[in-house]
Amino acid sequence: MLRTIGRRLLLLIPTLFGLTVLLFFWVRALPGGPAAALLGERATPEAIERINEAYGFNRPLPEQYVTWLGRLIQGDFGNSIETRRPVLEEFANRFPATVELAVMALIIAVGVGIPLGYWAARNHGRLIDHLSVGGSLVGITIPVFFLAFILKYVFAVQLGWLPTTGRQDRSVDATHATGFYVLDGLLTGELDAALNAVVHLILPALALSTIPLAIIVRITRASVLEVVNADYVRTGRAKGVSQGVIRNRFVLRNAMLPVVTTIGLQAGLLISGAVLTETVFAFPGIGAFLASAIFARDFPVLQGFVLFIAVAYALINLLVDVSYSFIDPRVRVQ
Amino acid sequence: MTAADVLPPASGPGDANQSPTAAPRSGSFWGDVLRRLRRNPAAWAGAVVVGIFVLVALLAPWLAPYPELSSPGREFLRPTALPGIGELAQFPLGIDRFGGDVVSKLIWGARASLVIGIVSTMFGLLGGMVLGAIAGAFGGWVDTLIMRVVDILLSVPHLLLAVSIAAILGRTPLAVMIAIGVAQIPIFARLLRSSMLQQRESDYVLAARTLGLGTGRITMTHLLPNSVGPVIVQGTLTLATAVIDAAALSFLGLGGGRPETAEWGRMLTYAQTELAIAPHLAFLPGICIMITALGFTLLGESLREAMDPRTRKR
Repeated sequence: MLRTIGRRLLLLIPTLFGLTVLLFFWVRALPGGPAAALLGERATPEAIERINEAYGFNRPLPEQYVTWLGRLIQGDFGNSIETRRPVLEEFANRFPATVELAVMALIIAVGVGIPLGYWAARNHGRLIDHLSVGGSLVGITIPVFFLAFILKYVFAVQLGWLPTTGRQDRSVDATHATGFYVLDGLLTGELDAALNAVVHLILPALALSTIPLAIIVRITRASVLEVVNADYVRTGRAKGVSQGVIRNRFVLRNAMLPVVTTIGLQAGLLISGAVLTETVFAFPGIGAFLASAIFARDFPVLQGFVLFIAVAYALINLLVDVSYSFIDPRVRVQ
Repeated sequence: MTAADVLPPASGPGDANQSPTAAPRSGSFWGDVLRRLRRNPAAWAGAVVVGIFVLVALLAPWLAPYPELSSPGREFLRPTALPGIGELAQFPLGIDRFGGDVVSKLIWGARASLVIGIVSTMFGLLGGMVLGAIAGAFGGWVDTLIMRVVDILLSVPHLLLAVSIAAILGRTPLAVMIAIGVAQIPIFARLLRSSMLQQRESDYVLAARTLGLGTGRITMTHLLPNSVGPVIVQGTLTLATAVIDAAALSFLGLGGGRPETAEWGRMLTYAQTELAIAPHLAFLPGICIMITALGFTLLGESLREAMDPRTRKR
């Protein structure tokens, strides 16, 4: 097992290395090059010349790349053009917010999706089955930010039940030790602060969860349908194994493999979705920051964040592969 | 079971049996697919939605009451309220902040979405097919190299990739189409390669090789035509993604062009600030995006089902 993980981590290195090459040339392909991007509207030929000299943008490309890569390895991702603060720091400050949001969305998606998919499969061909299949199709095709608008309009603007923006009310006096507000509240015993953070998470997490939820419903339904008619399930029934055991140990456990893979694949969707959802709800995570960086062409932030996200994405998928062996002993043997 | 189902080569549940029949395109495989599509109500629903969407897009100049980029309702604009649905006889669905007629903008928006969908899917499809076909046909180090690049591109979430590409290309409508299309290339490339690899090992390719046909000839006449099934399905589904992605890129401020451009994503973006006073400005284009995406998805899914060898016998 450890050897597999090690091998996968080693395989990650060439991919990340390739990604740094792409990201490096990506910035060089910006119109006017990195100097013009840095200067924005203040770009005069003299200013560009000065920046090129100061940052070494006029040196040969391979040399520039090696210097840049060297800095990356030391953890220096440059400074944001907009905020003038180190990219790494900006990322670290916002990452917990997005993780909290993504975890909440995933809890909703898994918590609702698996039972709903199972239920639909058990009622195959009946109304509830058709409804959940139809509903999941709608869930896949609804644009995330449109759904975010609807939720915001109905629950925040019209009904006023939930807050429209942010992670926590300013009036709440909370200590932030880890940056995960819900966790902070629980750790320090400030339950009102934790609750306030959860309340702020509900709408953005609901919006973010729809696509994963819809996909999980479909996959669960399909794989339960495949397993439920298997010979060993019939044998179990014939032997008089109880319904609960059949459901949990015979059907669900075997049906979970494709579902777990799918959950891993949702990581990318969650990150893309976070860019849009966080923007609508002014939620201070990496997604909203990235969206403003895109608009401002803050290329050090874009470069750094894309790289971090790729690493996170790869690690999540590795985690998913490892979790297979806990669910399916057959994978462990191979 | 119909007569076509028992026709000899189309019978097999396995890929190897089913695929060769796709080659001549004259008979059973595509005929069978069409027959199965016709029996599927979901396919009909998808086809009707897509049909209406395409018609509206094509006939926009005749259907829309006002020309593109026009602001006929400018005189009715007031700072605190926008005339809504049914308030003015000449603007049944109201006007937006630019004084544009919402009905006209929705109709012109269909045209914009169709163009974005088709152009970007073409980019993705062609790029992916070229890369996938080269990788699948040659194998060896060419395959390894191309697939490594594809893996690298797939390590970045799809929308983020599109956004990064759009950021280099600048804020123009064409840039958005290219960006969405290029972000699809790795998906198409991988799909086509894997389906070509399956074909490469089959008996009829071996036969062609024994007859002395070159790699290029075999690729064009044997491998490609037999591998397009999954690519067509993915292409249909990509049309749905492209419409949604275009709206997302617009929303992030990468759309380009004039602010009053009649485009669903753009309308939705501006409606955000008027959500409290004129929610219909957000709901109408949002629902258009959703229904269009739903139509293409239904069609793509039905097509996939109809081509799936595992379900074809039923």
